[in-house]
Amino acid sequence: MKYEVVIGLEIHVQIKTKTKMFTAAPYQYGAEPNTLTDAVVLGLPGTLPVLNYEAIERCAKLGLMLGCEIAEVCKWDRKNYFYPDSPKNYQLTQNEQPLCIGGSVEIELPGSARNIEGEHRWVQLNRIHLEEDPGKLSHTAFDSLVDFNRAGVPLAEIVTEPDLHSSEEAVAFLNALRNLIIFAGISDCDMEKGQMRCDANVSLRLKGSDVLGTRTEMKNLNSISNVKSSIEYEIKRQAKILDAGESVIQETRRWDAAKNSSFSLRSKEEAHDYRYFPDPDLMPVSMDRNRVQALKDALPERPFDRQRRYQEKYSLPYTITSVLCADIELSDFFESALSLYDSPKAIANYIVNDLLRELSAHSEVGDSALSIKDTKMKAELIAELVEVVESGIISKQIAKEVFSEMFVSGESPKVIIEKKDLSQDNDDSAIESLCLEAIANNPKAVAQFKEGNAKAINALKGPIMKATKGKANPAALDALLQKLIQESE
Amino acid sequence: MSDLFYSDISSLNQGLESKAFSAVELMQSVIDRTDAVEAKINAFVDRDAADALKQAQASDERRAKGESLGAFDGIPVGIKDILAVKGQSLRCASKMLDGYRSPYDATCITKLKEAGAVIWGRLNMDEFAMGSSTENSAFGVTANPWNLDYIPGGSSGGSAAAVSAGEAIVTLGTDTGGSIRQPAAFCGVVGMKPTYGLVSRYGLVAFASSLDQVGPLSRNVKDSALLLEAITGHDPLDSTSLNQPKVSYSSALDQPRKKMTLGVPKEFFQQGIDQEIKEAVEKAIDWYRSEGYAIEEISLPHSELCVPVYYIIATAEASSNLARFDGVRYSHRSKDAENILELFSKSRGEGFGEEVKRRIILGTYVLSSGYYDAYYLRAQKVRSLIRQDFEQAFAKVDAIITPTSPTPAFKLGEKNNDPLAMYLNDIYTISVNLAGLPALSLPVGMTQNNLPIGMQIIGKAFGESDILTVAHDFEINHEYKNMRPTI
Repeated sequence: MKYEVVIGLEIHVQIKTKTKMFTAAPYQYGAEPNTLTDAVVLGLPGTLPVLNYEAIERCAKLGLMLGCEIAEVCKWDRKNYFYPDSPKNYQLTQNEQPLCIGGSVEIELPGSARNIEGEHRWVQLNRIHLEEDPGKLSHTAFDSLVDFNRAGVPLAEIVTEPDLHSSEEAVAFLNALRNLIIFAGISDCDMEKGQMRCDANVSLRLKGSDVLGTRTEMKNLNSISNVKSSIEYEIKRQAKILDAGESVIQETRRWDAAKNSSFSLRSKEEAHDYRYFPDPDLMPVSMDRNRVQALKDALPERPFDRQRRYQEKYSLPYTITSVLCADIELSDFFESALSLYDSPKAIANYIVNDLLRELSAHSEVGDSALSIKDTKMKAELIAELVEVVESGIISKQIAKEVFSEMFVSGESPKVIIEKKDLSQDNDDSAIESLCLEAIANNPKAVAQFKEGNAKAINALKGPIMKATKGKANPAALDALLQKLIQESE
Repeated sequence: MSDLFYSDISSLNQGLESKAFSAVELMQSVIDRTDAVEAKINAFVDRDAADALKQAQASDERRAKGESLGAFDGIPVGIKDILAVKGQSLRCASKMLDGYRSPYDATCITKLKEAGAVIWGRLNMDEFAMGSSTENSAFGVTANPWNLDYIPGGSSGGSAAAVSAGEAIVTLGTDTGGSIRQPAAFCGVVGMKPTYGLVSRYGLVAFASSLDQVGPLSRNVKDSALLLEAITGHDPLDSTSLNQPKVSYSSALDQPRKKMTLGVPKEFFQQGIDQEIKEAVEKAIDWYRSEGYAIEEISLPHSELCVPVYYIIATAEASSNLARFDGVRYSHRSKDAENILELFSKSRGEGFGEEVKRRIILGTYVLSSGYYDAYYLRAQKVRSLIRQDFEQAFAKVDAIITPTSPTPAFKLGEKNNDPLAMYLNDIYTISVNLAGLPALSLPVGMTQNNLPIGMQIIGKAFGESDILTVAHDFEINHEYKNMRPTI
């Protein structure tokens, strides 16, 4: 393609707080419509907003997490527009002075293969500002219904610079951003629940040009896959227009996921004049620099920093760290187990292989995978399991059985081993007689082994393991068999 | 007992305490008086005598048990139709809110209820407090008790007329550009706008948020002082409410004080002022001088910009504040809307009156992209200059004396078709709201036509005690507080 793609994203994230942005009404996803409201949420005559400082602090924390400057004062503007989901017909937002300025997000571009780390780069942010979420409209054949439960929920709007150049980069950005926000505990970022929403601004320009082309804004992107397909659709649509020698019209478009296409919502001329002005009901709040510094000092580790630490300090491979650090629950679980028993590789392996396997095996078809906290798994159990394996009490083979058992019952590995009598049989004389028996019964395999085929010894081990129900220590068994074969010469 | 309705709070308290009469008898006296004059005055847009008597009954029961809540227990307080009272209609004298009842109490109402006051009726006003004559009410005009052919002023015309006519002991009004002081002047009563932030705005239906304040109207200075101290105090529900130590304004009146320095701004006595008003205010100034007050001429150089600045800022805020009345939830809904846009435009077109629409359009215009800097932003800058004018003046003086209004009350319909003439009526009061200062209007004379003349006393921020004291000193040495209109 002769064009360079330029993409900027606007991401709305609901900030998790106990109460709404400007009143004490609570918020919870999925409640009965219009039950989480009060006079302020509904904008009844005479009501006034009162700031929820928790929302400001959490937004500032988000900004610090993304490397933004925090404004000296937190100020509010009114964005005026008529829409039935807006109780006051204006939205309290930050137009002139966003709370967080600048910032950047580290992203990882797709690698050449799934198990190969991709190139990292930093995507520049323009700003993050706070605003109140409007209500939610739903339409029936005859009516439109509005639910004000969501109205007034604190919303952070994260605006990037036009710094992304493909749908893959946009997806990588959203994944990285989502992970950062979850790591910071600001939001769960569940796009299906509307906790994270995305608008994409897309334009094309001839490669080498430094002038931005005319952009369109795509609305209603409520999943990462919608972001990807809508951007790809828009790139093709604009390229076709430009190829034909025509001009792209600046407009807002709406993505229709069901039809996998977009349609024009309004042109530039029809764009709203929001008549922003400073809200006279809320006083500007100066941001205490000591408090901002304290928030900065208490920031959690960023996901990619954590991944680098795992790679450098524990020599964990990318295939493991990329899985661990993509999920704060797994990663924190790893750290807890590691604090109990210092064997990073073994613990990481159990988490990435066995734990993930069990979680997905126990999830309902169609549902997202179970979360660790929904199960009886605990970091102590993994730590103990690794300990018993490494101290030779059970084999890795038996450990798999113990893992499945403890995942379901929550019992400690030692209890399970005891109960099921699974500890490795290290009664040397009994094993030795079994070995001698095996050597005598398999002259062909013994001969092959002597000729240098190391694997031939496995034929001898099978019957012994069977006889001991797998409790023989495989490494010890190997050594013993070799010793006995040499002695038999 | 026949004229309990014209008594002041202190004597009513004595009577209630000594059981000379009950709160129910007091309320009944006010109800009877209201029933007798209301056909001529029309101060109320709604009133519920049974509910008021029930509140008075509760007050009597408290008093009988020795549990009186204080100076306001059993005192009927009339409420402007812009302040929310739980369960009562709240229409702001507009068709837009016909049928709407507030599910909650404004903070000033909560405080009055806690003080035992009887919350009495809904008082007429200009629609959404936009006007200076109460002619912009959807529920008919209120007459000036001194001359029924004249307007009572506005927007708190009902609040002023009710106090003047004895239909309430005291009333609450709201003041955005003079809406308490100007009707107080026109009806010959005391009316006060407190410092911005002193009284909570929670439950006051916003006209212009950065200018609106709730305040008292009464027949004498002490009753205003009492009502003011009952409604002040920090309110966590209003971010613009200030956390100031509570002041007993009424007891400040009785304390001997030094004679203060009073400033007289030369700009306020130059052109466009009615000669009788000018003379009455100058006479009052002479009295202060003769009493030992220092009188100093001062200058408020940006005064002439107050009206344009006010009509930009107030209408800008109003255009946004009144956007919520859209026909979707609780306000008037047009019956012939075909789609959502029509629902908005037709509901608003039908529900709002002419003056409200004029101001919404003006406010929308000054905030529009491309005009914002030239109008709204510039107006905010001039507002700072106006504030500075007062700061400089108050470096030299304790209070400032001006007329409340350039003219006395005018005839019904006289200025109704001339919005600009109507706007200029607020020329002396507006700057006080722009600067956020306290000011009151005090009766200081009568015109030859037997219409009251009001004098404005402006104080420093939180200088309520100063201006009440200055007013009280004049009041107790003159007879105006005992003047009653013949209705």
